[in-house]
Amino acid sequence: MGVDGIGARVARKEDRRFLTGKGRYTDDMSVPGMKYAVFVRSPHAHATIAGIDATAARAMPGVIDVLDGRQLLADGIGNLICGWMIHSKDGSPMKMGAWRPLADKTVRYVGDAVAIVVADSVAEARDAAEAVVVDYDPLPAVTDPVQALADGQPQLHPEASNNLVFDWELGDGAAVDRALAAAAHVTELKIFNNRLSPNPMEPRATLGIYDAGDEHYTCYTTSQNPHLARLVMSAFYNVAPENKLRVIAPDVGGGFGSKIYIYPEEIVCLWASKRTGVPVKWTSDRTEAFLTDAHGRDHVSTVKMAFDAGNRITALKVDTIANLGAYMSLFSSCVPTYLYATLLSGQYDIPAIHANVRTVYTNTVPVDAYRGAGRPEATYLLERTMETAARELGLSPAELRRTNFIRSFPHQTPVIMNYDAGDYEASLNAAMAAADWNGFAARKAEAEGRGMKRGIGMSCYIEACGLAPSAAVGSLGAGVGLWESAEVKVNMVGTIEVMTGSHSHGQGHETTFAQLVADRLGLPIDSINIVHGDTDKVQMGMGTYGSRSGAVGMSAVAKALDKVEAKAKKIAAHLMEADESDIVIEDGVLKVAGTDKSVPWFQMALAAYTAHNLPPGLEPGLKESAFYDPANFTFPAGCYICEVEVDPETGRTKVVQFVAADDFGNIINPMIVEGQVHGGIAQGIGQALLEGVRYDDSGQLLTASYLDYAMPRADDLPSFVVSTSNTPCPNNPLGVKGCGEAGAIGSPPALINAITDAIGNNQLTMPATAEKVWAAAQAAN
Amino acid sequence: MYQTNYHRAASIQEAVQMMGAATEGKYLSGGMTLIPTMRLRLAAPSDLVDLRRIAELKGIAVDGRSVRIGAATTHEEVATSSALRAICPSICGLAGHIGDPAVRHMGTIGGSIANNDPAADYPAAMLALDAVIVTDRREIKAAAFFTGLFETALEEGEIITAVRFDAPAKAAYQKFPNPASRYAMAGVFVARRDNGDVRVGVTGAGSSGVFRHPGLEAALSANWSPDAVANVTVDASDLLTDLHASAAYRANLVRVMTKRAVAAA
Repeated sequence: MGVDGIGARVARKEDRRFLTGKGRYTDDMSVPGMKYAVFVRSPHAHATIAGIDATAARAMPGVIDVLDGRQLLADGIGNLICGWMIHSKDGSPMKMGAWRPLADKTVRYVGDAVAIVVADSVAEARDAAEAVVVDYDPLPAVTDPVQALADGQPQLHPEASNNLVFDWELGDGAAVDRALAAAAHVTELKIFNNRLSPNPMEPRATLGIYDAGDEHYTCYTTSQNPHLARLVMSAFYNVAPENKLRVIAPDVGGGFGSKIYIYPEEIVCLWASKRTGVPVKWTSDRTEAFLTDAHGRDHVSTVKMAFDAGNRITALKVDTIANLGAYMSLFSSCVPTYLYATLLSGQYDIPAIHANVRTVYTNTVPVDAYRGAGRPEATYLLERTMETAARELGLSPAELRRTNFIRSFPHQTPVIMNYDAGDYEASLNAAMAAADWNGFAARKAEAEGRGMKRGIGMSCYIEACGLAPSAAVGSLGAGVGLWESAEVKVNMVGTIEVMTGSHSHGQGHETTFAQLVADRLGLPIDSINIVHGDTDKVQMGMGTYGSRSGAVGMSAVAKALDKVEAKAKKIAAHLMEADESDIVIEDGVLKVAGTDKSVPWFQMALAAYTAHNLPPGLEPGLKESAFYDPANFTFPAGCYICEVEVDPETGRTKVVQFVAADDFGNIINPMIVEGQVHGGIAQGIGQALLEGVRYDDSGQLLTASYLDYAMPRADDLPSFVVSTSNTPCPNNPLGVKGCGEAGAIGSPPALINAITDAIGNNQLTMPATAEKVWAAAQAAN
Repeated sequence: MYQTNYHRAASIQEAVQMMGAATEGKYLSGGMTLIPTMRLRLAAPSDLVDLRRIAELKGIAVDGRSVRIGAATTHEEVATSSALRAICPSICGLAGHIGDPAVRHMGTIGGSIANNDPAADYPAAMLALDAVIVTDRREIKAAAFFTGLFETALEEGEIITAVRFDAPAKAAYQKFPNPASRYAMAGVFVARRDNGDVRVGVTGAGSSGVFRHPGLEAALSANWSPDAVANVTVDASDLLTDLHASAAYRANLVRVMTKRAVAAA
């Protein structure tokens, strides 16, 4: 390992730019003639549009134009789509209702866009937006997913009777029922997974630029996957052909999944730029972000877990209702199915699993992937159930888990996944040691003396990252392939640019990807630039989500580096009149092994481009590209232990210790990995203790600002104790697994298990607000 | 934000004149509530008349045990006043836990009291300290000043110039913050006079704003100790139920915060 190579704690190259205010975000972009957009949004959760009168608005100062959904429809702009087909268990396809980028007939959630105002300034656009008269006929609304499935409820889409999008199952129901009937013990639970607002620091924004001369469109946008945005806008929304559409996602301030999707605003601003003849920029304000960014989670489940007399799990039966909101967002269908039910085996050897998932339309903003996406829901359900079972069976939580751990690999679960590597006991032991599990009783007694109730809880999570073999996901309904693309360009004097289809919006790729190159070639990290986020600069890409950038994106870079190294060795061998098989690359020099002959990297690169003295038949230049399609998911896993103190008088929970022991496989930059874990745990603690989107019965969003939506802050969090162990992933060239989501996946059940342990009452839902904990503690007394 | 006209007054007289000339003016004294409300387009004053630079509204004066705090005094100035801390540290502690540092450097005691947010901290202290709200027209006892949610006894155009109170023998403020806004979900200011008189001001919990609690006051007058409130019933029927907490939970918090305030006093 070099000083900048794999495994080094290299300070983030991009931080200089971010910390000195030199980042360039979409809202920082400015082009000549640019105007500003404000969207007119529905104040009703459900209504038909009888008419829109923009006459007064168009006459207001600074207004360029007001455009609505009828014009959008007339211009042939298509519906927003969901890109993953799920079939119900009766074989019927999911019921995808029409989502117009600007609603023309019906609005289905508060915030649904109905018109765009383009004006000289944001303030003038806002003034004019208020003057657009929309004649709504309000309809009854439904926001609760369980209620929405019942008879006689408001219907959102004619395609979806009783608002049911699909009724899907996975696993062997008959085998599960037999095991439940024969069980020595069955643990039953009802599980709620609370609805979350993603809250990236940078709100969404877009700048649409139409160039009439070239009939070409440029879209700046806050995206995690600009190529995917271009594909979808071109192939489905009919905005522009791919060769006439450039999508640029410059610096992006966090996504957590919410910036995977193509939202109405990108499409409408591009279209509006052509209609008005001016570049059109829109930036979401925070209220709009709460109203319109895709939410996460929102599951209601029942679970039954069967045990034999030896406390071994014999079956798991899960029934889940998942709220999809008013429309099917881009990947909404795969989150509560193939990213959820496939993880229900957890770290345990479970012979039979059956999951039934019903997804439901409601008059709420669409729900889609949010950090973890399905895997937090699976982990919360499973780890709450394990903890409950341990209490019912009179076993320690560690003992019950040890009894059921998978111990040999590869391991085929009954729910599709084939785990390639892992050592769950190692993580459990590491976490218990770091948490001083055995000293807990003394700490509890000490807290008791101060009038505080202390509790401890664990969670053993597994997740599937590195989405994923294209053929496999294609067979499960994915509309796209999930490879990644990379190009390594060696410049004429040896500096390197890496074009990657992965997108960094907080993950530190500009550092870690450069570390890979530095490690392979022994070059200083400052001579390596990582280029991403622009469809004109980067050949192709599928983007960043599902903790895939290391396992898939960097693997593509590694493959391209293989080709670069092979050609570089050919050139060097020719220059030194040696055999290419004898050439080694070390510390930025190509050497003939066992001799003192060498050529510096820069000299080889110059030779590649002067082409004065190349091996016969070898093309000049040194630029190689590769696509990498993974052979399997990767399976990060670990054990989290949380210790809390509950103030019984107020119910306030203080997280006094949080230990994370993760197995992420090989690690490129431990500092960045720790940062990802810290952030993920903070979000998980946020979900467990504080966060929760609430709509009232009429569909008004009650948590539309930080006055009402509680985000975790520094003083809500302890200093985290993190460590890693390593079973390298055998299925990618780097042996990496992915670390972006683990913290958010593993932490909520550990926290709720700790609180319920402290108060002696297992009945507690997230977010575990002080009032809920107080009431549960009262009920336990 | 809608368009508005900003005026900076140099004297109370000038402020009154500016307000008189405005079609729909609002006084600005920190703007920690008003400005965000305007940014959300929920308020649209034609004119803002800024009171914070008026010299006669500034400053903290301590004379023996009597205290006068100018209306334009920031929370930070109250929190860090050594003269005030020497005789009434509870008010310094309260001010030091309002909002965050940015809010404390902008927000003022006069602005907070005039706004009378039902979850603001100062109104509870004003009631418990039996403070007098001094305006450019008169003096108003705190008990008569806070009249409802965001409602006060202030008349059209009337300006708070200062608050006055005598430092109590013992006092403390305890609040249980709303986890999202960090405003008080229940905040209790207790104050005990040398003569044994006890006042308990409660904010954040009442369905019609800040209030005194006679039951807690009686119990603490009889026995100034944390244990004295253990058996006091706080009636939930007048308390607030909202997204964040039920009236029953707030009733519990009022009792617990009172107990802790007495312990801290």
